[in-house]
Amino acid sequence: MSHLPLLAIFLIPAIILALATLLTWVERRLLGLWQDRHGPNRVGPGGLFQAVADGIKILFKQDWIPPFADKTVFVLAPSIGMMTVLLSFAAIPFTPLSGIAGTLNIGLLFILGMMGLGVYAVVLAGWASNSKYALLGGMRAAAQMISYEVFMGLSLLGVVMIAGSFNLHDIVTAQTHCWFILPQCLGFFIFLLAGIAETHRLPFDLPEGENELGAGFHTEYSGMKFGMFFIAEYAGIILISSLVTTLYLGGWLGPVLPAVVWFVLKTSGVVIFFILLRAALPRPRYDQLMALGWKILLPLSLLNVTATGTVLMLRAAG
Amino acid sequence: MSATVLPPPPLQSERPLLKKILEQTNASLSPVLEITRDNIAVVWISPLAIRLTLQMLKEDSQNCLMLFDLTAIDERDRIHREGQPASSFTVVYHLMSLQSAADEVRIKVALPDHSPSLPSISDIWPNANWYEREIWDLFGIHFDQHPFLRRILTPPTWTDHPLRKDHHARATEKLPYSLTEDQEKYEQDALCFDPSLWGMKRHSDHSDFMFLNLGPNHPSVHGVFRIVLQLEGERIVDAVPDIGFHHRGAEKMGERQSWHTYIPYTDRVDYLGGVMNNFPYVMAVETLAGISVPPRAQMIRVMLAELFRIASHLVFYGTMAQDVGQLSPVFYMFTDREKIFRIIEAICGFRMHPAWFRIGGVAMDLPVGWEGLIRSFLDYLPKRLDEYDALVMRNPIFRARTQGIGAYTKAEAVEWGVTGPGLRACGLEWDYRKHAPYACYDQLEFDIPNGQNGDCYDRIVVHIEEIRQSLRIIRQCVDLMPSGPVKAEHSLTTPPPKARTMHDIETLIHHFLNVSWGPVIPPGEARACVEATKGLNSYSLISDGGTTSYRTRIRTPSFAHLQMIPLLSRGIMIADLIAVVGSIDFVMADVDR
Repeated sequence: MSHLPLLAIFLIPAIILALATLLTWVERRLLGLWQDRHGPNRVGPGGLFQAVADGIKILFKQDWIPPFADKTVFVLAPSIGMMTVLLSFAAIPFTPLSGIAGTLNIGLLFILGMMGLGVYAVVLAGWASNSKYALLGGMRAAAQMISYEVFMGLSLLGVVMIAGSFNLHDIVTAQTHCWFILPQCLGFFIFLLAGIAETHRLPFDLPEGENELGAGFHTEYSGMKFGMFFIAEYAGIILISSLVTTLYLGGWLGPVLPAVVWFVLKTSGVVIFFILLRAALPRPRYDQLMALGWKILLPLSLLNVTATGTVLMLRAAG
Repeated sequence: MSATVLPPPPLQSERPLLKKILEQTNASLSPVLEITRDNIAVVWISPLAIRLTLQMLKEDSQNCLMLFDLTAIDERDRIHREGQPASSFTVVYHLMSLQSAADEVRIKVALPDHSPSLPSISDIWPNANWYEREIWDLFGIHFDQHPFLRRILTPPTWTDHPLRKDHHARATEKLPYSLTEDQEKYEQDALCFDPSLWGMKRHSDHSDFMFLNLGPNHPSVHGVFRIVLQLEGERIVDAVPDIGFHHRGAEKMGERQSWHTYIPYTDRVDYLGGVMNNFPYVMAVETLAGISVPPRAQMIRVMLAELFRIASHLVFYGTMAQDVGQLSPVFYMFTDREKIFRIIEAICGFRMHPAWFRIGGVAMDLPVGWEGLIRSFLDYLPKRLDEYDALVMRNPIFRARTQGIGAYTKAEAVEWGVTGPGLRACGLEWDYRKHAPYACYDQLEFDIPNGQNGDCYDRIVVHIEEIRQSLRIIRQCVDLMPSGPVKAEHSLTTPPPKARTMHDIETLIHHFLNVSWGPVIPPGEARACVEATKGLNSYSLISDGGTTSYRTRIRTPSFAHLQMIPLLSRGIMIADLIAVVGSIDFVMADVDR
């Protein structure tokens, strides 16, 4: 038992990275399916090795830093993005036994903190590139992610209040009788939106906003440094999906099948929902996104906290 | 070879615009009047009177008079100028009144050989701005008091005026190109960005502006188009469009190619419009040659043109959704467009650029089974359009991104020369197919869809409704398709009729010459205009009695529409600009020619 966490520390990041890479293929295939076209289907069975081929290609690209960029920060930015996402996974309890620090007593706060740090990756990338499109993307990212972190934290309070713990393991076990998606449906909805905004996925991919900003904050990035942003984004999707599963969908809980299968199934469902959103929705304008956040989601999440608190107090009193 | 000079058609009595011009001008300077082959009146006015005349016309017009086109002719090599005043360079103002049926008039101004110049009218009609720059660029005619008289289609370092007759038409007519180091430095220095050269300021009282170079390789500018933005945060203070990256000298090529071999070049002007581009060109040549096209050919032309209208509008619809970040519709719509191309390929043998129209008709008769192909498409598309309505037009995010964005009024639209769906989106029910029916549009039933607000959303609504109307037109074409020949029985059609060549030597000689040289079109001037996919597209041709055109003028809708971008973009955000650019519906080849 004592060497198991040590093994997990090496295994889990490796698995997450592999899954994130695989996810790029899954996304392209699913988008292809929904958009009446094929998607990558040539390399390996069903195009499965496309992700590997892309990985190899991106690894062998010239490692180029634009002469006008701030070199240190330029290199640092993608590493921050990658690191914060991978570190967050430490606190996710995949099953009652596995996970690195699933029983960390401030697990949820740790993850929120890591996500907060993750903003730096985007902002620094935008800033260090010293390019106008990247700067605009970085500015959008800073405003969007910092705003949405506020509601994300607030929306999670409901769950924490019911479970009475920041420990993700305890939060899952508290859902043995009822998944939190039912009592916390409003919180779930807000968290999901904030999660999309945090991972800057369509419809909230304004920091990249390819139609307006080329590629936004990572316009100047190429090769593996771009690859790290790319993989971090997909790892971010897995992270948010795992969080949704853990916090609202009962984590590993489920009948018959082993715990890890339930976890993977639920997480995949959320991931596919993320991809479906990308296939379906257009992108709001920057100010519309901010208005949605501050004028609708913030009051709603406060309402959620108040309502949850009131119900809990009444129940405790009665 | 002597070409028969055809007498001009009689002067129509119903020409209010012409009457007004004559009333205004005959007191001071007696204008010269001529009627060209296309039955449009031409009034020659002295350079001194032109500004005043145009100003008065504009003031009287109740916002219904459009400066449809403004171009020039280098007359120095022209032989057949019977009845025209002496001129080395002629500037042509083409006015169109949108009050009722199309009422058009051409005002010509004769200019001398040395340092030709005219007063600018860009303060009267704002859309004259680009047209005057174009004339200066290509003909070297100077416009006094023009606010921004710089090269527009050629690079800023260009020295010649390419549409002058003494300018070479091919690269092989001059020495091989070489670039010395000094020249290279000169060219590179010319590329450096200086906001003051673009009429923009570096800072306001309280902040510095950011200049953003959008394009010419930006993914959302639909081709090689550059907009220089002056930004305050993400808000646009000013925008200056820069065009000319796609300029291929289509008009100059018209002066080299034979009347027949120029047809494929027209396909590539609005490259989404396919045969829609052949349409005005062949109609103009037929007007010059006096060919009347048989009914079956007319109907085939209309049917194919409407198919291309649908194809072009589908591209517009899909890319518009893509521009506001919706990824999927463009794939569905390209799938539908592929179905249209399958029909077009079955009929023409080509997909995007069939060059299928011929002088006097079309290239071939319809293939066996064409009806079934088209009918199944007519049944297929409406259901898909309903789905797209739910997917795109009723999507709240899409509405929030397009409603109330990039709106202009009816008066602004007319003032800026906006035609097509962009004009109808402002609520003006005006369609060249109804107001000056050409081909067989007078026999077909269709409505003119229009909007109210003139914003991005309404422009899309009009486009979609036009797809439905085009389907209706095509259905009628299939139902009513007359039988008969698909090419006129006329010696100037291309390729010329061959049936009797083996019977008598005269016909054989004519056939031989018309095939090897191409037809010799009688001298004269004619313009033909169609309601193309993006607005009014017209070809003005001048024949000097030769096997090539003396001057080919292509008036494209996109050129006029792009000029409005500064007006529409002030005060909005970058994301809105992308929506506005998407909703304008242009292709750069159509702008730069």
